[in-house]
Amino acid sequence: MAITLTQTAADRVEKFLANRGKGIGLRLGVKTTGCSGMAYTLEFVDELHDEDTTFESHGVKVIVDPKSLVYIDGTELDFSKEGLNEGFKFNNPNMKDECGCGESFTV
Amino acid sequence: MALLQISEPGQSAAPHQHKLAIGIDLGTTNSLVATVISGMATVLQDEHGHALLPSVVRYMPDGSVVVGHEAQAQQSHDPANTIASAKRFMGRSLKDIVDRAHIPYSFVDSADSSKLLQLQTRAGLKTPVEISADILKNLKARAEKSLGADGGRGELLGAVITVPAYFDDAQRQATKDAARLAGLNVLRLLNEPTAAAVAYGLDHAVEGTFVIYDLGGGTFDVSILKLTKGVFEVLATNGDSALGGDDFDHRIYCWILDKIRDGSNTFSPLGEQDTRLLLTKARQAKEWLTDNHEAQIVCRLSNGSLIDVTLSAQQFVELTQQLVLKTLTPTRKAMRDANLTLDEIKGVVLVGGATRMPQVKQAIEDYFKQTPLTNLDPDKVVALGAAIQANALVGNRSDNDLLLLDVTPLSLGLETMGGLVERIIPRNSTLPVARAQDFTTYKDGQTAMSIQVVQGERELVADCRSLARFELRGIPAMVAGAARIRVTFQVDADGLLSVSAREQATGIEAHVVVKPSYGLTEDEITHMLKSSFGSAEVDKKARMLAEARVNAGAIISAVTIALSHDGNLITSEEKQAIEVEIEILQAISQTDDAVVINQGVDKLNHATEAFAAVRMNASVSLALNGKNLDEIKL
Repeated sequence: MAITLTQTAADRVEKFLANRGKGIGLRLGVKTTGCSGMAYTLEFVDELHDEDTTFESHGVKVIVDPKSLVYIDGTELDFSKEGLNEGFKFNNPNMKDECGCGESFTV
Repeated sequence: MALLQISEPGQSAAPHQHKLAIGIDLGTTNSLVATVISGMATVLQDEHGHALLPSVVRYMPDGSVVVGHEAQAQQSHDPANTIASAKRFMGRSLKDIVDRAHIPYSFVDSADSSKLLQLQTRAGLKTPVEISADILKNLKARAEKSLGADGGRGELLGAVITVPAYFDDAQRQATKDAARLAGLNVLRLLNEPTAAAVAYGLDHAVEGTFVIYDLGGGTFDVSILKLTKGVFEVLATNGDSALGGDDFDHRIYCWILDKIRDGSNTFSPLGEQDTRLLLTKARQAKEWLTDNHEAQIVCRLSNGSLIDVTLSAQQFVELTQQLVLKTLTPTRKAMRDANLTLDEIKGVVLVGGATRMPQVKQAIEDYFKQTPLTNLDPDKVVALGAAIQANALVGNRSDNDLLLLDVTPLSLGLETMGGLVERIIPRNSTLPVARAQDFTTYKDGQTAMSIQVVQGERELVADCRSLARFELRGIPAMVAGAARIRVTFQVDADGLLSVSAREQATGIEAHVVVKPSYGLTEDEITHMLKSSFGSAEVDKKARMLAEARVNAGAIISAVTIALSHDGNLITSEEKQAIEVEIEILQAISQTDDAVVINQGVDKLNHATEAFAAVRMNASVSLALNGKNLDEIKL
């Protein structure tokens, strides 16, 4: 399996990275918190860890640690606009349920 | 499913705990709101895709409030209930508004003319603070929608709001009050030129001096900032509160009218609607000419006549040459005030939509002999800077974000004898700051001290602004100059001043928190700043005179007391001679010549030398009386 980005998401990430002026890619992860048990994290990456897995999608490096990969393998990251609000969206096939706001989920 | 933003490494927030913060450019003509999304400062748009919100508020008959474009469109139909440019009235009292006749609003006369002014609208009495709060509420709602703050993504922690560098205490406080009224937590007020500099990342630069040239819709401001170790000092500000992009539109409008007159002899004055139409066409032509060589202006007036004229870029430049030159005068003045030469300027930042005009850019380039920074949208640059600062203040910062420090806009001090200002905290001190200084009593047995807190750059209290006055009572009776009273000035990070006075021997204390003082006008503050540069010589003279008078008063009082105690030690002729000198000195200390007064003081000193010696001897023999030699061994 792999982690992929949609073209829109990849364009955005590239823009944000260019604006930031440094960073090698985007880190996707999960942490155990929130109302449904787990939450997604999305961070810029300045350095790689030994155990990290790196994917490449539309020219953007996507970095995931092994623990998180279990929960989000197969995820497609999209960038979308809902009304005035815009941001990234996890389309995660492993997810069973999410809290009302969608920021945390269970597998 | 919630939409996520990218965080800095290791700074992912827990769900519902995103630290949301916004930056607001609360402008005279237009306002904007911006935030940092995924590490990038972005201006937030409304549902129609507009970034700029016209700073116009209309109070509707049904009690609702309309803000922005819709209100602006109705300005001419409902002038008394549609308030534009409320920023010009912030922190002002009625007596500050000089040209009331030209403003269509109904100001309410209050018994106390130093009270904040109010406008009569159909929604009741409105202060500029409330009107600004309505604008801020609108921007806050836009931000919450855009950030999903209302959807439980985390709360809006606060906002950084920008103010002109020359805003005084009262105007800054009024801006804070407006934010509070709009339900916004003010993280900090930031000077507009500083925000522009931050947006360009100049705070990451090494040290240097920068010029911020801000030509907005209706106001022009030029500021010179000096950056040292994360602190932006405002070296000088200048400007013209009645010059902006609208004046350029007006020049084109007049040009069109001239064209119509040439074409037909039967020209009748234009109605309100046609005037608006032509002004709109003029503005569009101006914007078109930024990237094009000529603009065609076509429209049909209400009487059916067709207007079809073509304005070339060259003609436009000629029409507006005077306006462009008019911005250079304040610029030169600011450079002179800051005492800088052109080669000391490290960069020039352009702010305000009107700086897009090529002739404006060219004029700046010619004057400063360098290409100004223009890669950010000049309409948005202030809001972007505010957003970056807000993001850093709530803790979403990456390591290369500096926290800017604010400075005091004017010096703070207190009144000493003779109406002189003793400066405690100088202008441009970084906040927070605390300074203490010791003072003493002026008269024997003085048990109270009145402390007047003043703000300004001049040497005399009368020329500065009084902020507060309080009294320290219960000072133990001592001879003049023996008491030690420590006065401490403290300005917190929000710019709020508190002053305390403490008598060191007894520990008695008095304290005052300086409430914002209303009534200092923009012109007054720039005038105060400017006059302090221009009148240093006059001030020095006034200071010397006041000091001489204080000296004279002190010696007269000391000699008078001495005479009443020990007058019997000298002959009545000697006593009379001293009394004559006292009278002479009393008379000349009323004159305006410090040199003469000082001479009088010397003369009285001289006349009392013998008396002083006799007194000294008398008190020594009194002290030695009845003691034997062993006891007084030194």
